[in-house]
Amino acid sequence: MNAVFYLSAGLALLTTALAITRGNPVHALLYFVISLLFMGVIFFALGAPFAAGLEVIVYAGAIMVLFLFVTMMLAMDRLALRRERDWIARPIWIAPICLVLLLAVELARPLLRGSHQAAFHIVTPQAVGIKLFTTDLAAVELASMLLLAGLVAAFHLGRRQ
Amino acid sequence: MTIAWPLPAALALALFLLGLLGLLTRKNLVFVLMSIEIMLNAAGLLFITAGMRWGNPDGQIMLIFVFNLAGAELALGLVLLLRLRNRLATLDGDAANLLRDTP
Repeated sequence: MNAVFYLSAGLALLTTALAITRGNPVHALLYFVISLLFMGVIFFALGAPFAAGLEVIVYAGAIMVLFLFVTMMLAMDRLALRRERDWIARPIWIAPICLVLLLAVELARPLLRGSHQAAFHIVTPQAVGIKLFTTDLAAVELASMLLLAGLVAAFHLGRRQ
Repeated sequence: MTIAWPLPAALALALFLLGLLGLLTRKNLVFVLMSIEIMLNAAGLLFITAGMRWGNPDGQIMLIFVFNLAGAELALGLVLLLRLRNRLATLDGDAANLLRDTP
């Protein structure tokens, strides 16, 4: 399981790095979908099989495919693609990389301290379902209201004027 | 079979920082939305890591809510993207920096 974790972690990092540096949005989104599939494998290796299934079915299968279809509808022309490539090549990456490295040093410090004991628990889908629909029922209702609000707002904004 | 918790936490940190880097550098709104998704996903990985460390189902429950939030946010973001495309014929986020029509 350790080898599976290391392999998927490396490939997820690689595909995510490729996704944010592509010029073509469709290529970038496909790389991100692959990264999400590896993330599902990582969830499985971390003892969360239900989350792994959700990651593949809901996130990679529904949300990102919606994103991909809308991006295909946008139909970027050749001029826009060339402008995008010029933007990537410019030295605008230097300052953001410095800022991100600064944040990395700050955030990595608590990881290096503290006890590093290896504790591994498998959380079964039964445990998740029981907790979700008994003690966390109010949160489920709030989440459904959030989805309804998103639906109404998307319908309102998407109407033809 | 045992994975020490700092490893997946460090992976979540690295993915979050990659998403932040994309958010800071790219101007195209498609990439901005994708970077936000990368950052949300990294947060979800951290929840799963904590769930593994303590053997608690709360990590996976929070991941479900993160997916919920990502879906709602992405739907609205895509609708706004299409509106911007129809109105200004561009996907450049800097093109929409005025709160009114250009005179």
